[in-house]
Amino acid sequence: MNLDQILLLGAILIPALAAGCLLIGLGRTDEFAQKLSYFAFGFPCLAGILLFLRFDESVNGYNFVVLYSRMGLQELKINFHLGLNGVSSPLFAMAGIVGFGAGLAAIGSGVERLRLYLALLLFMQSGLMGLFASVDLFFYYLFHEFALIPTFIMIGIWGGRDRRSIALELTVYLTLGALVSLGGLVALNVMVDSKSFDFPSLSLAISEMGMGESTQFKIFGMLLFGFGILVALFPFHTWAARGYEAAPTSVSMLHAGVLKKFGLYGLIQIAAPLLPEGALSWSPYLLWLALGNVLFVGFITIAQTNLKSMVGNGSVMHMGYCFLGVAVCSSLGAGSAVMLMAAHGLSVSLMFLVAQYVYRRSGTFEMNEIGGLATHAPLLACFFIAGSLATIGLPGFGNFWGEFGVFLSLGESKEHQFFLVLAALGIILSAIFGLRAVAKVFYGKQSDELSEHEKSSPISDLSVSEMIPAGVLVAALLFLGLWPRGISDRVNREVLLRYESVNYLSEPGSQLAPCCPPANGEANLKEPDSSSQKVKPQPKDL
Amino acid sequence: MESYLTFSQENLWFEIWPELVLALGAVFVLGIDLFTKRDTLTPSLAGKVAILFQGVLCVTHLMDYLLWHHTFDRTTFSGMLNQGFRGDVTRTFFLLSSFLVSLLGHRYLKVNRLRVGEFHHLTMLATAGLMLLCQSNHFLMLFVALETVALCFYALVAYNRDSSKSLEAGIKYLIFGALSSSLLLFGIVLIYGVASNPEAWGASYLGYASSDPLSFDYLNGFLFENSENLIVRAGVVLVFAGIAFKVGAAPFQIWVPDVYHGSPMPITAFLAVSSKAAGFFVLLNLVNGPFEGMSDFLLPLFGFVATFTIFFGNLAACAQRNLKRMLGLSGVAHAGYLLVAVMASMHFAGDSDRAVWVLIFYLFVYLLASFSVFGVMGLAQLKDETEHEFAHYQELAKKSPWMAFVLVCGVASLAGIPPFAGFIAKVLLISVAYEAKLYLSLVALVIGVVISIYYYFGWIREICFKPRPTFDDEKNEHDSWSDLRDLGILKVTLLSLTLASIVFGLWQGPFGDAF
Repeated sequence: MNLDQILLLGAILIPALAAGCLLIGLGRTDEFAQKLSYFAFGFPCLAGILLFLRFDESVNGYNFVVLYSRMGLQELKINFHLGLNGVSSPLFAMAGIVGFGAGLAAIGSGVERLRLYLALLLFMQSGLMGLFASVDLFFYYLFHEFALIPTFIMIGIWGGRDRRSIALELTVYLTLGALVSLGGLVALNVMVDSKSFDFPSLSLAISEMGMGESTQFKIFGMLLFGFGILVALFPFHTWAARGYEAAPTSVSMLHAGVLKKFGLYGLIQIAAPLLPEGALSWSPYLLWLALGNVLFVGFITIAQTNLKSMVGNGSVMHMGYCFLGVAVCSSLGAGSAVMLMAAHGLSVSLMFLVAQYVYRRSGTFEMNEIGGLATHAPLLACFFIAGSLATIGLPGFGNFWGEFGVFLSLGESKEHQFFLVLAALGIILSAIFGLRAVAKVFYGKQSDELSEHEKSSPISDLSVSEMIPAGVLVAALLFLGLWPRGISDRVNREVLLRYESVNYLSEPGSQLAPCCPPANGEANLKEPDSSSQKVKPQPKDL
Repeated sequence: MESYLTFSQENLWFEIWPELVLALGAVFVLGIDLFTKRDTLTPSLAGKVAILFQGVLCVTHLMDYLLWHHTFDRTTFSGMLNQGFRGDVTRTFFLLSSFLVSLLGHRYLKVNRLRVGEFHHLTMLATAGLMLLCQSNHFLMLFVALETVALCFYALVAYNRDSSKSLEAGIKYLIFGALSSSLLLFGIVLIYGVASNPEAWGASYLGYASSDPLSFDYLNGFLFENSENLIVRAGVVLVFAGIAFKVGAAPFQIWVPDVYHGSPMPITAFLAVSSKAAGFFVLLNLVNGPFEGMSDFLLPLFGFVATFTIFFGNLAACAQRNLKRMLGLSGVAHAGYLLVAVMASMHFAGDSDRAVWVLIFYLFVYLLASFSVFGVMGLAQLKDETEHEFAHYQELAKKSPWMAFVLVCGVASLAGIPPFAGFIAKVLLISVAYEAKLYLSLVALVIGVVISIYYYFGWIREICFKPRPTFDDEKNEHDSWSDLRDLGILKVTLLSLTLASIVFGLWQGPFGDAF
């Protein structure tokens, strides 16, 4: 086992072990718990970044493979199989960074029963790292569920208003999504006669034996709606904003930032390339639903006066762009969706973090009851504005490249241009709610409520311990915005491999054609920022 | 009769040594009780002997067939019993379950000041009966074993003689149990009536003269030939109805909540685990044995019953405020899931092993989770020990973290949440159901599991979350979780059950090759 594999395994195991230590009661003091958590949140972040840098793009398939095949379900072809590829490596690093930010925020939050709080958050972090590192689809699912359960308990204990009912609603809703997608995965497992239950062998087996269109349609439908519920696809989005509003900040950060990407990751990495015909047949419906996310939820977001609820709704809205990228069924769309997922994970967790900072200073999330905060806390205003601009999708932040890519992919075919026009309206919507929040919270006249609140607790600017997590997230966002090729090259390479090798248009004149990109494969290679280093579609040699 | 000439030669008494030893042990325990001082206040010797005895027997038996004597399939006692590896696994299941019942019962008897000897005696006898029941290869044997078990259970359910609820539950169980036994017996008689007719189709071809019309081997061939016969069909349905009573499958689930509610806590666990498991093991033996030829007729029936059971159990459990009733109804839902596995085992004709092992794994996981849940519930000190309300569990996580941990893990495993073993069991179940193409039942199963999250997590919510603010005029209930002393071995057992649930949720190595 070499260093890389130890890093990969450690990023998953160390948070879980640390959480176990905290639960058993090792170290009775909060100070020890905090020190342990610094280490346990820091390690995955460090490992994520190191593995991101050490990723070898010349390797076909997965890097840093860890394989253990005697877990007990080998008869179902399930192995404990970890590794990173071009799509998962940036998301793995993103999960580490967001986790680090959420962890620091939790350590400094001073909630009651801090050790239990940190332990549950560490379990969640462990599941999140495992999710993106899993090659085996079963463990991919298992890690997701592993990360989901702590959210229930954490919302219930440390949540805000209505926490009891919201926690239960969220869990029942998400279990429905999880079980429907589990049904899809089991269907894949049973129906495809592959050597192991991971993408390469499934894809190989499908290409050898073929799979009927109606079967593909059914399985993809199950995966789409299962994953869709988990990602808050319109009209299954109602749990999300309510849940994020009630959840404690670190949980909102991890859930909206990382955990929710589970479903999209599954669609992009597994479902769409594995079941291309299924994806194509669902594409027209998915486009409309995604548009529902962008416009319907976008208008809802504008109507919010509560800052946290606005951020939560906004995150649901931006999932619509990712779904649009998936629905286009092209390598450009999928690659841009990955880019947007990574950037959105960082930006939305930054927004939840600064919203919590605002709350600490004003005692309320109601935007109408704040105002003029910038004079007291100029640094906080900086971070808040940076987060809002990133969310809107301004150049300079990673979100820009993601949304831009999605729009490009929509524009590639005539059928999609209608959606392009409507989806582009979403930018205006997010500008409205983003900028209005900045104006209401930080500028204008200080409200009477805030002045009242100020008397009892004077407002100070960000402390160093508050600045570090926000700073880490902003730095990562800027890195993505200023040097997108850092991730787009490897994402591009991987999606080309996955999307072009299964060639959506292998049968010319196919009845499925209406929603697919133009037939010449070259048109799909126009990744906006990597045009100089195009990678030719590889023959499938997985 | 020629077939009985070999009787004495085939009586291999050594083959049923676990049952014999257990029954002798039961008598021994009763004897100890007879000759020790009748003082219910001092810890009883009989209880300790019974627990130790069953623990040692369970381990010895496990070692016996896994390490010392590798078993093979064999028919003993003139075709009365059919023994083999599967039978040995079910024996271990019952021994483990009865060991745990005795362990929980030990504390229960001490707290409620009840007689010790008879409790363990009856538990052990019932277990011996269950072990024979699941290895029976003849309807006569099956019925006799079943009645042995049922008689023990009638007494055990009503064991707390001071509690009117326990007595009520005993009466109800007696009436419904007698009804189910008579249905079963009537079904057997109908089948016998047709099968013993030498003129029946295929009788001479199947060797009527030399075989017993109630033995499973003969019926296997006979029912295959006569699967269209109306009387045979009626008999098979009645036999299934009798077993459905035992496992609590709808529409025969009516006794479940009441009996679970009133029984002493260890017996509720015994009913939930051993009695239900026995029903499924018997059902497996039947549908893969004598009723194999009737699969086409039985599958739609089972499908309907399974779906109905899943929906009834889950929806009815949602409405319960009493936890023992809720667990009873959720057990009904689990019976529905397990029926899906039984259906899957019928689909793979000839190669039913996978579904069978999935079902056995599911039951083992159910045992681990159920005993940890019932074990913690048994520790609560309520005014009336049958009335477990959600409110009694408020903030258990703060009052006693380890009990809350055991309870939460047990409930989550029942709900089928990773990383607990219950999740793996559900995945395996879904996968075999998929392979058997039972899509409709699968949809029912998935919806059922989602509904079950509501009440299972509703309970976890009470355990972990901050309680609702109470009004001043609400009377402050006395704390049911203080003053828990000398838990020693019970605590160790409950924690190891939980640990086993987690370990088997992540690593199923030892079972791996069976799935």
